[in-house]
Amino acid sequence: MKAQHLIAANDFCVYHQVEYTFITSLQKAGLVEVTLINEKTYIPESELQKLEKMIRLHNELEINIPGIEAITHLLDRIEHLQADTQTLKNRLRMYEAD
Amino acid sequence: MAFIDYYQILGVAKTASDKEIKNAYRKLARKYHPDLNPNDAEANKKFQQLNEANEVLSDPEKRKKYDQYGENWQHGEEYARAQQQARQQQQQQGRQQYSYGGQGAGFEDFGGGGDFSDFFQSMFGQSAGGAGRQAKYRGQDYNAELQLDLKGASETHKQTLTVNGKNIRITIPAGIENGQTIKITGHGGPGVSGGPAGDLYIKFTVMDDPRFKRKGNDLYNTVKLDLYTAVLGGEITAETLTGKVKVKVAPETQNGTKVKLKGKGMPVYKKENEFGDLYLTYEVQVPTNLTEQQKQLFEQLAKS
Repeated sequence: MKAQHLIAANDFCVYHQVEYTFITSLQKAGLVEVTLINEKTYIPESELQKLEKMIRLHNELEINIPGIEAITHLLDRIEHLQADTQTLKNRLRMYEAD
Repeated sequence: MAFIDYYQILGVAKTASDKEIKNAYRKLARKYHPDLNPNDAEANKKFQQLNEANEVLSDPEKRKKYDQYGENWQHGEEYARAQQQARQQQQQQGRQQYSYGGQGAGFEDFGGGGDFSDFFQSMFGQSAGGAGRQAKYRGQDYNAELQLDLKGASETHKQTLTVNGKNIRITIPAGIENGQTIKITGHGGPGVSGGPAGDLYIKFTVMDDPRFKRKGNDLYNTVKLDLYTAVLGGEITAETLTGKVKVKVAPETQNGTKVKLKGKGMPVYKKENEFGDLYLTYEVQVPTNLTEQQKQLFEQLAKS
């Protein structure tokens, strides 16, 4: 079994100067996953990067949660499309070399 | 060092109000923000320019100075130098502007590894960027490229990279794809005002191999097969990535026949003991320089 590193949501909020409700709203929107232990909220390490990105979008660009949700879905789609393009380019390279 | 028109960068008139400047900055920042344009060096450059323009035009004092000197800003340079010298005697403050962009972000006039431009620094001094703010900012992300040959991409191995004078030893997992990027967390630029360090992104280029063609995890190779083995069957030695293997050839094998050597392709990325397959295409070679006797034998075969 792999150990999972967790960060207390309260500590995270203090460090990033965000409201705790911001995290819960993102969680309710299905944008981040949190872990509840003894009624305390923890953020898995794997979610940190995603969460920090959403905080930047919120603070620096004044994007609200529905906006963040739309952006996240679109960025995911772009990432998949870029991966597909790369795979197709690699495949094309195979034939171009002939 | 050329004059930079911050009004033009934000697309506002010189008479624009603070609100108009803020709105123009927000609008363009939403377009060019690095989080919305991952791995886009051009967008990152543009975002740096926007930040610099906003830093100046949203600060009444800086804007006044900028407007005062305008295109004749060089005359104000002496003043800026004197200010700079005075500042150097004080304890150096960390600059607090955004630092996105990474290695590829250096552009004319906006140099210095993601910092504000030389123009900005000569006018407002080294420590002027965002002075007075207490926000923590994440360090800049670095981008690097690494070339591997197919053999190198087929084995998990460690490699030492030098990034900004720092040696970083990384493990490259077997099966990495051409064009794939991996992230090394925390190995980018240092954070500002206690912010976290940026990340290092390494893009891999897997070079073409003269023997094998790669399609995902599968490899393809063409093997020459002499006519007699093709007709009568037999055994050949075929090259794989990990060495030579013996392959049985069925009698009456046709030209262009494909055989699959299971598990002899590339390792599957981050999946232990899982491999793609190697496909061999037989290219039957017709014998040349036949003797008279051989020709007669072929004629006999043709008549039979």
